[in-house]
Amino acid sequence: MEIPQAIVIGAGFTGVAVAYDLAQRGMKVTVLERGPLVNGTSGRTHGLLHSGARYAVDDQESAIECIDENLILRKIIPQVIEPNGGLFVALNESDMAYRDAFIQGCADCHISIEELTPRQALALEPNLNPKLITAFKVPDGTFDPLRLAMGFAASANAYGAEFNLFCEVKSFILDGKGNVNGVEYLDRSENKIKELFSDIVVNAAGVWAGEVAAFAGNIDLPIKPTPGVMVAYDQRLCQRVINRLNEPGDGDIIVPQRKMITVGTTSFEADNLDYIPVFADQVQLMYERGCELIPAIKHTKERGAFMASRPLLDSKTKGNSLTRTFKCFDHKETDNVDGLVTITGGKATTMRLMAEKTTDLVCQKLGLQVACQTAEMPILSYRKFHMAHNQEVA
Amino acid sequence: MTQTWTVTYEIFRKKGNQASHYDRFEMKVDPDEYVLDGIERIWAFNDRSLVFSHACHHSTCGACGMLVNGVEKLTCITPIRSVTKDGGVIRVEPMRNFPVISDLSVDMTVFYQRMESVGHQPVVSNGFEDSKGKFDPEDDLLRLSDCIECGLCISACPIALTTPAYLGPAVLAGAQQSGDLNPCVLDLVDSENGAWRCHSAYECTEVCPSHVDPAWRIMDLRKKLVSRRIKKFFGIK
Repeated sequence: MEIPQAIVIGAGFTGVAVAYDLAQRGMKVTVLERGPLVNGTSGRTHGLLHSGARYAVDDQESAIECIDENLILRKIIPQVIEPNGGLFVALNESDMAYRDAFIQGCADCHISIEELTPRQALALEPNLNPKLITAFKVPDGTFDPLRLAMGFAASANAYGAEFNLFCEVKSFILDGKGNVNGVEYLDRSENKIKELFSDIVVNAAGVWAGEVAAFAGNIDLPIKPTPGVMVAYDQRLCQRVINRLNEPGDGDIIVPQRKMITVGTTSFEADNLDYIPVFADQVQLMYERGCELIPAIKHTKERGAFMASRPLLDSKTKGNSLTRTFKCFDHKETDNVDGLVTITGGKATTMRLMAEKTTDLVCQKLGLQVACQTAEMPILSYRKFHMAHNQEVA
Repeated sequence: MTQTWTVTYEIFRKKGNQASHYDRFEMKVDPDEYVLDGIERIWAFNDRSLVFSHACHHSTCGACGMLVNGVEKLTCITPIRSVTKDGGVIRVEPMRNFPVISDLSVDMTVFYQRMESVGHQPVVSNGFEDSKGKFDPEDDLLRLSDCIECGLCISACPIALTTPAYLGPAVLAGAQQSGDLNPCVLDLVDSENGAWRCHSAYECTEVCPSHVDPAWRIMDLRKKLVSRRIKKFFGIK
């Protein structure tokens, strides 16, 4: 049998991880991304490598995925990770009321935690609010978003995957019975329309997955784009990730990276996904909430304010409590459209697992029997990534 | 915070083999927005064919380096207020000394390969030496290193402008940072196109958005290279 051609639409975390897994399992892979790597939601994360503790009470399925994948990513791609752990900090009675559920939730999800006295916590993180009542150590970490994606993309490259950046998919090539046979795309760097045929198309367009799936007809994906605002400050005021010990909420986290910190996030609904403004009142809210955890933010310069739109799965709940897990759709099953699979939802932390499940499905559809190896194999240096050769400019 | 300015973005355009030109876009902006926000809006609402690079929007990834009114800037953290005035112009061009892919995006492949060759460490001890040589070996925490490989220093370097063979500031600073001057790295940096080609203009340090101070590191690298040669001369290990 000839080697099957797979097209991956989108080079966010999901797309690069899917490209890597498909290529490793022997497929010819071409990634089409309308911009540069991780220009959408993935790039604009605060970079939290989730321990899962944030979801251990409300969304245990996601929490377990997070802790399992957290430990795998630390092993396979340490080159982009600050593995310093995190703290969950209680500042008032309402926070303390969450304590028991938190301990129980973390135990249920096998997330190892350790309770610290305020004194111990302040010894680790001297800039914490000195009024803290209790703190828990959790295995959080942080990652560099661009380099995390570049690492997976470099490993995909090594198995022959090609990354065509600045290539926007405009429509599907259909076979007359409504099945997807390939795509038509605009190469933005040359302003030319091009075609590519395929045995399978993986739609990994994140919050834009609905727009892409719609090229194949009337397909309805339950994605709820949920943007949030983050604010970066110009000093590294903590060494570990600082979380608020309470229900997930606005401004409940401070993520350190390099020599700065980022306070996040908010949660709202948006219409136009291509440009979502950063609202001044939300920046102010991040500042206020951040100052509750680390008062020294008051004396620190703002470095940047930005937003990202999470591709959350709609389970009929709102904002912060939408489920963080992911879903893989075989459109043959759901819409009687063959040759197209959509993967969406999830977290950066679970990108590898999302790719594994998606690639399992693709292999099953194409009748291939190859096991996934991505959990064991180290990722190559992110600096080995390169764009498709036909795109390089002398 | 809710001020509104009218500014004109003058954007460098280049597609395939066609000649380059500038497109002008008049925009209503909040002067406290960042230069990159305006560019992204032009793409979203005015011209979908605009090619530009960006990812993290908070200065940890280094993807969005460009020339803004002639000066190298990380556009995601450069407020519009800092580069123009109400009614003014923001001229945006791709970085110098890199091949242009299209419009504002440049190809960083060779640069990344060189960073790899000199062994720049992407993750370092939290107490890693800063540009004053201060080092805290007690610290067992790790952090991502200062250099975000944005390329601004190479774009600003007057020597990099004279030849693409010159390794350039970030790469030489990377060699100094890695500390591992093995024979392969020495071949690269202790050479005509390495540390000795720098003219100490300090433009690199001037434009670095990320505390690297490449010029200091190049000078420190030279010190290390000279000290090796002296030790070798006297047969000291």
